[in-house]
Amino acid sequence: MSENAKLPPLPTGTFAERAIIWSKKNLFDGWFNTILTLGSIAFLFWLIPPIVEWAIVNATLSPTIEGCAEASGACWGFVNANLRLILFGTYPFDEQWRPLLAMILLMGIICGSLGGVKYPGMRKAIIPMWVIGVPIIAILMWGGVFGLTYVQNSYWGGLPLTLILSSIGVIFAFPFGLLLALGRQSHMPAIKTVSVVYIEVIRGVPLITVLFMASVMFPLFLPDGVTIDKLLRAQIGIILFTAAYLAEVFRGGLQAVPRGQFEAGDSLALSYWQSMRLIILPQALRLVIPPTVNSFISMFKDTTLVVIIGLFDFLGTVKLALRSDPAWTKYYVEGYAFAAAIFFLICFSMAKYSAYLEKELRKGEQR
Amino acid sequence: MKIQTILAAGAMTVAAVAAQNAQAGAVLDGIKDKGFVQCGVNTGLPGFSAANAEGKWEGIDVDVCRATAAALLGDANAVQYTPLTAAQRFTALQSGEIDILSRNTTATTTRDAKLGLTFVGVNYYDGQGFLIPKGLGVSSATELDGATVCVEPGTTTELNLADYFRAKGMSFEPVVIENINEATAAFFSGRCDVYTTDASGLASIRTQMAENPADYVILPEIISKEPLGPVVAQGDEQWSDIVRWAFTAMVEAEEYGVTMENVDDMKANSTNPGIQRLLGVTPGMGEALGLDEAWAYNIIKQVGNYGESYEKNVTAKLGLERGLNALWTDGGLQYAWPVR
Repeated sequence: MSENAKLPPLPTGTFAERAIIWSKKNLFDGWFNTILTLGSIAFLFWLIPPIVEWAIVNATLSPTIEGCAEASGACWGFVNANLRLILFGTYPFDEQWRPLLAMILLMGIICGSLGGVKYPGMRKAIIPMWVIGVPIIAILMWGGVFGLTYVQNSYWGGLPLTLILSSIGVIFAFPFGLLLALGRQSHMPAIKTVSVVYIEVIRGVPLITVLFMASVMFPLFLPDGVTIDKLLRAQIGIILFTAAYLAEVFRGGLQAVPRGQFEAGDSLALSYWQSMRLIILPQALRLVIPPTVNSFISMFKDTTLVVIIGLFDFLGTVKLALRSDPAWTKYYVEGYAFAAAIFFLICFSMAKYSAYLEKELRKGEQR
Repeated sequence: MKIQTILAAGAMTVAAVAAQNAQAGAVLDGIKDKGFVQCGVNTGLPGFSAANAEGKWEGIDVDVCRATAAALLGDANAVQYTPLTAAQRFTALQSGEIDILSRNTTATTTRDAKLGLTFVGVNYYDGQGFLIPKGLGVSSATELDGATVCVEPGTTTELNLADYFRAKGMSFEPVVIENINEATAAFFSGRCDVYTTDASGLASIRTQMAENPADYVILPEIISKEPLGPVVAQGDEQWSDIVRWAFTAMVEAEEYGVTMENVDDMKANSTNPGIQRLLGVTPGMGEALGLDEAWAYNIIKQVGNYGESYEKNVTAKLGLERGLNALWTDGGLQYAWPVR
């Protein structure tokens, strides 16, 4: 740690003195930064008080339309009154403990899998967790066995649907994207061409088009009377789409691994798959953690597009609640603000986790 | 991989399904097998089909499906709903994903003839109108030359608007806004002079979104006809008959004054031959449709008559009067074909 030498001596004096020194050094060094600082403070003074006033001071939680009409600030009562509709959509009211349980289970599995980085003992449990957990989630959501009433997936909605679409999307898109990336690097022309064409075509169209094709055009190609589940079509669309993007991210990682590493694998007489699994991919994937998480975050947010094919993800159920009674319709700002807060919470957690993951995995290099 | 498997499975069932479709009554048999009606509804249009705070679908479009289920299966709750966007709705019906589409769909020639659909009735007569602030000082749509008009894109609304102004030799400046919330917000903030959509929509927007509804007027001109009603796929005539007469029974019940409340009394005591036929006291109607004789009784008992459904949904949610949808005896257009 050579930087230690450059550190200034520890500040002394009272807190106020230190605060003045700190702000002189960081906020008011030079006329330009002084103007910037004062400008920023003025901007915050202009921006924050009205927001706080609207969102907290004058807001109401009263879950009635009358209560909201009286309040001059935000009507969080809209969220309060429709919370179960927003969280679970049109899932039968008396059965909503099932999606709740499924959601908790899914979160548990996700956290457990993420914890595998820190606690190597848990790594062995990751695959069994998913293999056992996903069928349990499916049984909880669909029912039809063990005395649970059957619930069509056109009734699924809200946060559980968003989490299912995105986590299943990640699980399948990750390996598929990896195969596509390897395919694109392959020396076999057929595999290479197929991968390149697939990636370029899918990347060349917007997700909304893929979903639209899956939802509106695809059923017309099927013979009369044969229908494929709407949710499944959307899920496959999301997987295919995300995989193409991930493939390019992974290709970046593969290209960044020095040539010598490939040669090292060859010289040890490892097979292609062995050297990929043991030498190349651990390095390549670690290099591309930020863009991979970036892809996941954008996929998570893209799941909201399923609203155009009549599925209610979390944002969709907010809209559903806005339309449940026309009297609520004018409180759309509160509804969308609530949705934004939940989305931010989840995306921010993902970003934080990726930063942590990078730090953990780089420990080997820091010595 | 998955798609290939599915495609293969699909191809294998082609023969079987094709054979099935050739038989009349395929939809009906399917419904009896599964024990419920699969009903395509709007993803959220208050009064027509919208989820309530408990996530249950409600509205006059929803009631048509419930009535059909009551008539055919004896239980108005034997319905599963598929929320559909405007773009998806016909595909869903054609591919057999749903049995009945009850999603404020306008009946038109091309849809009826070219898309292989059958419109079985009109449960709501709507039409496009104009909403303006009183301050504009306009009392007729013919005075709107040069106005800026807020409109949602990609709908017949936009096309009707252009047609109307061209036919009258007037100019207008469209302000096209995708989202209904933003579009109405733009109108009420004075971004445009006029807001246009179906009259039912205008009334509800005025009641719910305006700070003072009395400051806004709906102009008397209705520039398009929008007969909205339930649709089924062609090919199963018995099924389309059942849907048609299930809806008709609701209107006829209102004409006779049979309500959810007095239906038992009417069934036991009424001497009116029309009511006796409707409620199955005099048998024959159920048999003609291939239904239980209590088919209409079940509808009225469980769903109510047309007027009750309208009150409970459209009037209560949107504050709309009956208008064109009053019975013909009250000057409206709802006129039930006789059940006899």
